[in-house]
Amino acid sequence: MADSGVATRQRPGRIGDSVVRPDGREKVRGEFRFSSDLPVEGALWGATLRSVHPHARIKRLDVTPAWKIPGVEAIITADDVPGKSTYGLIFADQPVFASEVVRYVGEPLAAVAADHPETCRKALEAIIVEYELLDPLTDPERAVDGSHPPIHPDGNVIRHQRVLCGDPDATGPVVVEGFYEMGMQDQAFLGLEAALALPDPGGAGVELHVATQAMHEDLHQIAACLGLPEDKVRLILAGVGGAFGGREDLSLQVHTCLLALRTGRPVRVHYGREESFLGHIHRHPARMWMRHHATADGRIIKIEARFVLDGGAYASTSSAVLVNAVTHTQGPYVCENAVVDGWSVRTNNPPCGAMRGFGVVQACFAHEGQMDKLAAACGLSAVEIRLRNAMRTGDRLITGQVVENVAPVERCIRETDALPLPDEPIGGFGDDPMRLPGGAGLTADRGHIRRGIGWGVAIKNMMYSEGFDDYSTARCSLADGVATLKFATAEVGQGFVTIAQQIARTLLGVDDVQLDRIDTTIGSAGSTSASRQTWMSGGAVDMACRRVRERLFEHVGRMWSVDPIRLVVDGDSVVDSSDSSRRISVADATAGQRFEETAEYHHPPTEPLDENGQGDCHTAFAFVAHRAVVDVDPELGLVKVIQVATAQDIGVALNPLSVVGQLEGGIAQGLGLAVMEEIVMQDGKIRNPSFTDYLLPTFLDMPPVVASLIEEPDPRAPLGAKGIGEPPCISVTPAIVAAIRDAIGKDLSRVPVRPQDICL
Amino acid sequence: MTVSVPTSVAEAVSLLAAAPDSLVLAGGTDLMVEVNAGHRSLDRVIAVDRIEELRDWSISADRRSLTIGSGVPYSLVMDGPIAELVPALAQASRTVGSPQIRHVGTIGGNLGTCSPAGDTLPVLAALDAQIHLRSVSGGRTVSFSHFMTGVKRNSRQPDELITGVTLPVLPGWQGYSKVGVRNAMVIATASSCLAVDESTRSVRVALGSVGPVIIRCTDAEDWVVGQIDWERRAVDDGVVAEFGQRCGVAARPIDDHRSTAAYRRRAIEVLSARQLRRAFPNG
Repeated sequence: MADSGVATRQRPGRIGDSVVRPDGREKVRGEFRFSSDLPVEGALWGATLRSVHPHARIKRLDVTPAWKIPGVEAIITADDVPGKSTYGLIFADQPVFASEVVRYVGEPLAAVAADHPETCRKALEAIIVEYELLDPLTDPERAVDGSHPPIHPDGNVIRHQRVLCGDPDATGPVVVEGFYEMGMQDQAFLGLEAALALPDPGGAGVELHVATQAMHEDLHQIAACLGLPEDKVRLILAGVGGAFGGREDLSLQVHTCLLALRTGRPVRVHYGREESFLGHIHRHPARMWMRHHATADGRIIKIEARFVLDGGAYASTSSAVLVNAVTHTQGPYVCENAVVDGWSVRTNNPPCGAMRGFGVVQACFAHEGQMDKLAAACGLSAVEIRLRNAMRTGDRLITGQVVENVAPVERCIRETDALPLPDEPIGGFGDDPMRLPGGAGLTADRGHIRRGIGWGVAIKNMMYSEGFDDYSTARCSLADGVATLKFATAEVGQGFVTIAQQIARTLLGVDDVQLDRIDTTIGSAGSTSASRQTWMSGGAVDMACRRVRERLFEHVGRMWSVDPIRLVVDGDSVVDSSDSSRRISVADATAGQRFEETAEYHHPPTEPLDENGQGDCHTAFAFVAHRAVVDVDPELGLVKVIQVATAQDIGVALNPLSVVGQLEGGIAQGLGLAVMEEIVMQDGKIRNPSFTDYLLPTFLDMPPVVASLIEEPDPRAPLGAKGIGEPPCISVTPAIVAAIRDAIGKDLSRVPVRPQDICL
Repeated sequence: MTVSVPTSVAEAVSLLAAAPDSLVLAGGTDLMVEVNAGHRSLDRVIAVDRIEELRDWSISADRRSLTIGSGVPYSLVMDGPIAELVPALAQASRTVGSPQIRHVGTIGGNLGTCSPAGDTLPVLAALDAQIHLRSVSGGRTVSFSHFMTGVKRNSRQPDELITGVTLPVLPGWQGYSKVGVRNAMVIATASSCLAVDESTRSVRVALGSVGPVIIRCTDAEDWVVGQIDWERRAVDDGVVAEFGQRCGVAARPIDDHRSTAAYRRRAIEVLSARQLRRAFPNG
């Protein structure tokens, strides 16, 4: 963005530099303190008793045998929740502890605190639970058609949303349709859930050190359940090892606080991997149908679609995920007529909620499958069909909303297309078996393998939608040449701490930018979600720093008796732009001074959708294209992704190294969804709650990424930069599946693609 | 919990004799996973990783057999002299876990756990490996086919320690192939070892992860011997295909959360056929 307050000469560590993140070295060396590493003398351990049935009435819950185990200090159940008995991000429908009915396998029933994790384990085993089994609702279609009795007082449909646009009877000479299905993906963050609660004397309040995505969202829900005023609950961000949406909802927060308040002692709760699979929400499994009507030359006339998202037992963010899915039906393409119906429903499967891409991952897999069908029907290439329909700034979405952001869809496609294809042949240049699908398993020789190329293009909304004012707060203080930033923005690994320092260095001409502790002693920064923190918290830091700079310029202006408007930051100094011989270092100018400003950044208001899905519900949009090259063993169904090319609409690369990191990480996560990552459910139970059987891509599965960063600063973004976290994982999944289809000449409509889907 | 750390086999077997319900801990790459998952509790543990004699290996004077100590880690088998003598065992060892796992996981541990997905087990089955067991009352040797008795079950007595395994050094092609959904660091969905013994003009095939035990495809083995042109090292495409089918018939796979029975059978058909072609490259 044009900034009249900074001259051209800049020092390292500013906006646009590939600054290394401040916690990078510690993390690489294994020295970073994650939330499970907090040292506290004399802390008790907490653990959670969970339902083993997907749907059952609790006939008896008897904790008295557990009290007989030496070392047990507290046992709590639903009766011990002093405040609100339920919580939830949008609807408070999820019990802190189940009391009458359990609705999914893993639902908490009780928690214990004891002197040792082993004592906790024995105590949980000693608690007697008698269930009366109820018929579980595990097929989401039965929630849609109403054939299963309500499993929750709020009913089995969490939200139904239509989108009706234009002429519902419009059609064209070319009609293609398809069914698409997506399995349940897990965020699979490496840093497991962990928290430490420290009670205030007399139980007047509590301090919670926790790895979370949203400090104040947590705070509101925790305080309500504890029955404490919000100023008596203090959250401090503990080291977060990834989040990807899986830490938006509460998991162990209330339980840990309650145990600490009950015992009057510090309590720590750590989940293991299996409990983590049970304890946090997942990506919504989806069943989708789409029918595209088009002209003979491939221009979309109308889209019909149906979405069913399995929200699991509790609402979480299912209603917002559904809105994202149905409003992204068209993808980054022009479409004037649409008839879309979507449901997010309640079942006795694990609760589903936010995960990177948030409903758009589901929609994109379907609409990109459709674009390839349309290309085939019209005799066009994957690139040409997408170029013909590419959306531009000013186009109207099927919700009636006009895309006011920079919308370089055509450029994303063309620049991706221009990136070089891999030059290595099938099997690589040498004899390394690791270059073939099957890898170390030595399953194939070169002659068995076929190569394919596929495309995916996506539009993704950024920030919260439908009238949420998800503002962000930041404070900047400048004293003695040192800037200090304070915010409650959860750093979950995405790198906001780096960006914040870069903003302050650039605006204030200081090298030393200190980051204050991330906690709730300042106003909300909203959630580290929805690709929003660079835009929102970046906007707040930018605003706070600019206000401090105004104070600095006023101060220097008084010293020099010049109008502050003449002053600029140049290198490490404040300079009179009309007389550059007059300069003073920021350090000298602020000696003995302290300037402090707090700012709140709000994005422009949005509105809810009406019953026909019309309304300006989204805040902003970003775009991305992916091209995947895969090698496939058609007889064994094994896949190796050889290369992913991508061009992403990022606005401005505030930190190019960080941008590439997000692109590569997102692609890895989208690759996982394409070919291996799935929580396998059977009768409401997770069959593979471990990293032995829930497979994540390893280094060997991850291909080289060639990327083009499309920098068209968005005038609506405070720093010109768009959020970059989610788009990388969205259209890479359909691109990889399209490449597999291209290699084997077979339709594939489900992800993850399993070996048997390819070869049987 | 008590942990004993013997430094000799004699010491280890006397500890086992005194407490036959002890768990033997080698690399811990299976055992500790079960402990951490709460499937096993540790009351008495005998850690054998400090017994140097178990970490040794040797070749017989006539160079026709190889004896590998049960404490030899996969990383030692993967490369170097052992890999040249029994390439299939090296290939199988390479598919185990990650470098860290292969550095501490042992052949003896694979035998002790005796999972149908144990990567070295199809190789031991195909090569008719002899398993050496020791107790205070002496030693005995059983062939692999008598050692593995079921899913994670074997004929080791509670007071016996697995001390090693003896394998023939065969003239002829051998290889191990394994299918998993990830390109490395994955449990076998299906696996196959094929070994040719040119001295006796025999072919041996053993399958992993497609039955409760490792399965030898004796029907396919016996049939294919007569179909091979041993002078030209050649087989017809039709023979290759039928061999794969016959191996597939021998498999007894199940549906589970990792895969389906139908896919596993198909994978065996493909792997076995491809291995036969690798062994006899001429059509």
